[in-house]
Amino acid sequence: MTIVNVEDLHYSYGNIQALKGINFKIDGYKMVGILGSNGSGKTTLLKNISGYLKPSRGNVFIMDKSVYKMRSKDRARIIGYVPQDMYFDFEFTSYDVVMMGRTPYLRRFQRETEKDVISVKEAMIITNTWDLKDRYVNELSGGQRQRVYIARALAQEPKILLLDEPISHLDVKYQIEVLSILKQLTAKGILVFAVLHDINLSSQFCDLILLMKDGEIISIGTPNEVITEENMKMAFSVDADVIRNPITDTPLIVISKRQGDGLTSE
Amino acid sequence: MKVRKSFYLITSAMVLIASLMFSASVGAVKMPLKSIIDVIFGVGNATDKMILLNLRFPRIIEAAFTGMGLSVAGTFFQGLLKNPMADPYVLGISSGAAFGASIAIVLGFGLLGLQFFAFAFALMTIYVVYIISKKGPYIKMQTMLLAGIAISAFMSSIISLMMLLNHDEMSQIVFWTMGGFSLISWSQTFYTVPIIFIGCITLYVFSRDLNVIMTGEEIAEHLGIDTERVKKIILIVGSLITASSVSAGGIIGFVGLIVPHISRLIVGSDNRFLVPFSGIVGAAFLVLADTMARTVMAPVEIPVGIITAACGGPFFLYLLVKNKNKEVK
Repeated sequence: MTIVNVEDLHYSYGNIQALKGINFKIDGYKMVGILGSNGSGKTTLLKNISGYLKPSRGNVFIMDKSVYKMRSKDRARIIGYVPQDMYFDFEFTSYDVVMMGRTPYLRRFQRETEKDVISVKEAMIITNTWDLKDRYVNELSGGQRQRVYIARALAQEPKILLLDEPISHLDVKYQIEVLSILKQLTAKGILVFAVLHDINLSSQFCDLILLMKDGEIISIGTPNEVITEENMKMAFSVDADVIRNPITDTPLIVISKRQGDGLTSE
Repeated sequence: MKVRKSFYLITSAMVLIASLMFSASVGAVKMPLKSIIDVIFGVGNATDKMILLNLRFPRIIEAAFTGMGLSVAGTFFQGLLKNPMADPYVLGISSGAAFGASIAIVLGFGLLGLQFFAFAFALMTIYVVYIISKKGPYIKMQTMLLAGIAISAFMSSIISLMMLLNHDEMSQIVFWTMGGFSLISWSQTFYTVPIIFIGCITLYVFSRDLNVIMTGEEIAEHLGIDTERVKKIILIVGSLITASSVSAGGIIGFVGLIVPHISRLIVGSDNRFLVPFSGIVGAAFLVLADTMARTVMAPVEIPVGIITAACGGPFFLYLLVKNKNKEVK
């Protein structure tokens, strides 16, 4: 079954074209890594899929419904979004923050029901944040806070989860923890899109990789298909060797060649 | 947690009632509690009725609602601007009102004219700030803060110029800008109290939305909240509350800044509790401050703004020092 269908997506910030005709379809609940150099349009793509930004041309369909035609509350019930780590200096407990994920299910004067409480608890257990429920979010470490934000998005009970650089500021232990959590979610019927910078971790954890450059997708497919020396050169202007990871049997990039003038070898 | 918060709400409400009673009882004529209750229930002697109904009650009610309105508006502005230094005046409402009041004073308009000018100029100022910070359908909060500061500075300079050119009215302008309730009668409460009350209720309705917006506007949008609409409603209603309280009581500083702060320290950032709590605390605080203003140096009245700043300034410094120590830890 096609979960997401992106058709001819164009988006511009003023005169700058950020997305220049993106087309792809994803069938089934998978973990999709979005890779590409800075400014290649990854975050813009994420925000167009979520319906936060409206494209100048093209459309995004989620289960055959256009994202841009949904009511914002309905949209918030199928799409969860985790922005880049942001810090705020107000005292909310982790539990309160995760409960905010129930907003699309609550009417203005409605109190939280038993169902909301269960959903929040479940989301916090999956993300290993239940122990943190009474701690203030502004006092958590980056890795803990990131997991609380993921829990909030899960409390929305989404079919699609979009994450903007969920592991960029984390140490390697938390990086692996967060990616493992995300990977588990696909088994629960959630399609996960994550903007990532670590090519090797993406190769290990993602089912599909979407490689972007200058607002276009230059390659989409399994890690084996996408992570090639040619593609790395094209997307990042880096000369990398792609070898096999002997343990996971996934592609592994190694930067061993001398990077001449930062761009080409020789 | 829930129980503790209800406890705070009930306690603060009792403190407010006690402050109201205390304020009604003190003054040139001491009023025992029994006489106050008698008058409230329509009995009691004519002198007591005269003093309470015509003099003290309108003033106390105005002070209570002004305190509530400024504190609630301050709570929302701090949350919306994600800036703990924000208060209801930060967007230039107070300087707009002062500008309007100064014009009215210089032109020799009466009290009602002054109030109308203060109210109208307050709203005009916030409208200009709003137009400047609007970019397409979005309002830039940072631009709004800066525009508010710039317009305040500009208005203040013109007020200073007006005072320089109109020596005779200078003391009147100064007195007005320091704020006070000495001229309050029912004719002021009749129009300010409904605006402030309905305004506070309206804001309260959006307290859950504000919670989410405080953790990030983008995320609020992704949770199905129409952020721009909520921001606009908060700005408009908060400005109306502030403008009406300023037009009647002048510029009473620090209430809208420190009351939300203290309240947040006690009940936390969840606006569903914070908003009613800070409204009640603000009302009690301003009623007590106004009681001091009219009794400490009686028969001379001190502008209540002096009292609030004198209490608020040092307390705010204390908070800053305490926060500094917390960061070091």
